[in-house]
Amino acid sequence: MTPPSEHVHWWFATGFLILGLLLVAEVVVGPAVWNRRPWRKYLWPGMCFGLGVLMWPVMAFFTNSTIHMVAHGSWAQALMVAGAAELGLARGKLTSPRWHLLVALGLAVSGSAFLLHEQNPWLFQRSAFLHHTLGWTVIVGSLFPLVQAFRPRSLVAAMGFATTFLVVAVMLFCDRDVAPIFGHLSQLAGVPHR
Amino acid sequence: MNAELAHELERRRASRARTRSGRARIIGGLGPLTVLAGLVWAFVQPYRLTFLHPHDQGFWWLLSEPPIYVVLVGILFWRVIAPGLLEDLEAEAGK
Repeated sequence: MTPPSEHVHWWFATGFLILGLLLVAEVVVGPAVWNRRPWRKYLWPGMCFGLGVLMWPVMAFFTNSTIHMVAHGSWAQALMVAGAAELGLARGKLTSPRWHLLVALGLAVSGSAFLLHEQNPWLFQRSAFLHHTLGWTVIVGSLFPLVQAFRPRSLVAAMGFATTFLVVAVMLFCDRDVAPIFGHLSQLAGVPHR
Repeated sequence: MNAELAHELERRRASRARTRSGRARIIGGLGPLTVLAGLVWAFVQPYRLTFLHPHDQGFWWLLSEPPIYVVLVGILFWRVIAPGLLEDLEAEAGK
């Protein structure tokens, strides 16, 4: 009774869309306005941690191969560690902006997980293509929190970080288990659902 | 000298007000824009809404309607997050 994997991608896309909108809003209004209500500063770190927790059932139920389990498991841990560090920063228990490096690490691990657990070439079918593009997008996106760790006030880094989540959400919504990509669909991929 | 100073202060105040109203417009527009994106997606790819053709669809396919997820996220931001942010922008402006 597990859902098709494309549905899980869409649920995570929904989460990433919320995260992206929150991060864009934070950049637009600035930290002074954003932090006027205490609950607001916990939204993004809390959701990041929550998405990490939700990766565990994905690891447990989608056991197509060992590499899938390892990728999903390491991904869950990286998101939880990044979320926990951001929660610590929001609460004020952690003060150094260098803790943002864990977000960069989380994104780098996430991007690597995308690339490592996709065994097929780019044009095998749509999900293969998207796993490759998502992997590289997230790895490039990990540069933004890396910059933020050393330049916390950089608007370009903050907006780049927010945009990464919006782009990832769009890509995840495009994902289908079996569908053509630019007219290519391997005969080994199976029969596409509508 | 005092007139020049007053003029400069007034110019800066006007510039800040324009920036704030621009920010308020962006915050106010993010939710509706997301809702619009979901609606456009639903019209362009109606087959992504399985409740429009529910025959022979399983539980998960009837539950998962991605364009509606986008619309719901837009409404959530529009009705829950944006109003408080706009109030706080106003309050910050009044300081």
